[in-house]
Amino acid sequence: MNFLAGTWLGDWLAGLGRITLLTREAIASALTFKFSRRDVLYQIYFIGIKSQSVVIVTGAFTGMVLAAQTYFQFHKIKMDTATLAVVSVSMCSELGPVLTALMVSGRVGAAIAAEIGTMKVTEQIDALRTLATHPVDYLVVPRLIAANIALPLLTIESMCVGIAASYVVGVFLLGIEPTYAWWNMLKYSHDSDVMIGMIKSVIYGGIIALIGCYKGLSCSVGAEGVGRATTEAVVYASITILITNFFLTLVLEQLCVILGI
Amino acid sequence: MIEVRDLKKSFGVQPILDGVSFRIENGESVAIIGRSGGGKSVLLKHIIGLLQPDSGAVLIDGEDIVAMNERQLLRVRRKFGMVFQGAALFDSMTVAENVAFSLRRHERLTEGEIAKRVAAALAMVDLPGTEKKNPAELSGGMRKRVGLARAIIYEPQIVLYDEPTTGLDPIVSDSIDKLIIRVRDQLKVTSIVVTHDMRSARRVGNHVLMLHEKKIYANCTPAALFASQDAVIRQFVDGVADAKEIIF
Repeated sequence: MNFLAGTWLGDWLAGLGRITLLTREAIASALTFKFSRRDVLYQIYFIGIKSQSVVIVTGAFTGMVLAAQTYFQFHKIKMDTATLAVVSVSMCSELGPVLTALMVSGRVGAAIAAEIGTMKVTEQIDALRTLATHPVDYLVVPRLIAANIALPLLTIESMCVGIAASYVVGVFLLGIEPTYAWWNMLKYSHDSDVMIGMIKSVIYGGIIALIGCYKGLSCSVGAEGVGRATTEAVVYASITILITNFFLTLVLEQLCVILGI
Repeated sequence: MIEVRDLKKSFGVQPILDGVSFRIENGESVAIIGRSGGGKSVLLKHIIGLLQPDSGAVLIDGEDIVAMNERQLLRVRRKFGMVFQGAALFDSMTVAENVAFSLRRHERLTEGEIAKRVAAALAMVDLPGTEKKNPAELSGGMRKRVGLARAIIYEPQIVLYDEPTTGLDPIVSDSIDKLIIRVRDQLKVTSIVVTHDMRSARRVGNHVLMLHEKKIYANCTPAALFASQDAVIRQFVDGVADAKEIIF
């Protein structure tokens, strides 16, 4: 593999290897309970509670615009009452988890990378190590666990707000008949849609926390290094979420068919 | 006991240490001197396992730490306390939380016991009553004192100081030197002080190691170092840029 050294592909593969090792170390640490529960609670507050406004606004307006667009197309073929069903399925299995994860990666992924990156350049990570504390136990694991808990909760919130907002727009603004619209929504939305959304959100939580932590821990010296780490954390997490989403959709939908859910 | 054997380290193509060897006995106080960028801090970080050498061995009480992974090193590091050049205080925590950090993570103590130990450590570094302050509210000298309190609160066997007086005025530097001596004498710790302040090296070290050209150039007492007629040592001790200016 020496021929790849110094090339873009070589660097990319090396980075992938390092983040895999970080993931393994973090999972091993989480399973042996070396983290502080207080730190996990604080991170849930930071990732979950502090992201409320972003997630609510994103969910609401996504639901509203989706309802409007769907209505304008369906209205032409007299299928107005199917509008909420489309919104519901989209919000549960795709838009809810993906948009929530993208918004949280912008807010939280950047903050994690900046905080850990600053700690690295000011020798605070080395100080942790001299105080016999593994940086993965103290910095990575609480964030990983908190993101895995907070993302599904935020995603549920985003789904509910999006569907509620689409109902308001559809029924009160566009004049869709509410009873049929509601009935259609319940008929075409399945448990599996919500379950797929939840599984995706847990995975996206892990992606955001691990990429943010990895970029912070590997950031180069100086303010420029921290800035670059922050930007890369958001960009890489967002791209990874979008690419992962495609494969997750294929796999999870097939799994639901096989299991008959 | 600390023993370094034939330590070599390069960053990229730039060699920093090239065959450094020495031994420090328990309870000794050693000053490591040398020019800026000469590898003193790199050497110190190898002693506590923060950096991995390209080759060579670092033995702490007979255990080679070079072969250890990060988790195994955590056990060895409990023997150490380290004071960083910029103090490296956790800026999201108060002074008390910084000092109590290792107690909270590694010992099962009540909040009252932790508060007592923190107060005692802060009193030892002449900073009583600063528990609730944030690191941003402290001066450079105070930050280093808090860093020292954090390093000694769990009573380590070895304390490492990375340029403890750099960037401080002579009066504060003097107080830090006295503090290092007080900690050494009261806690009976092995002290390793990296410095390029000759006054500080003379006061805090009962042994001096001089790094020059990536190797240990001198390993002697402060008195022998200051009396030396060697041109390289004299140039450093006298602080002369051009060796020709040295007048014996």
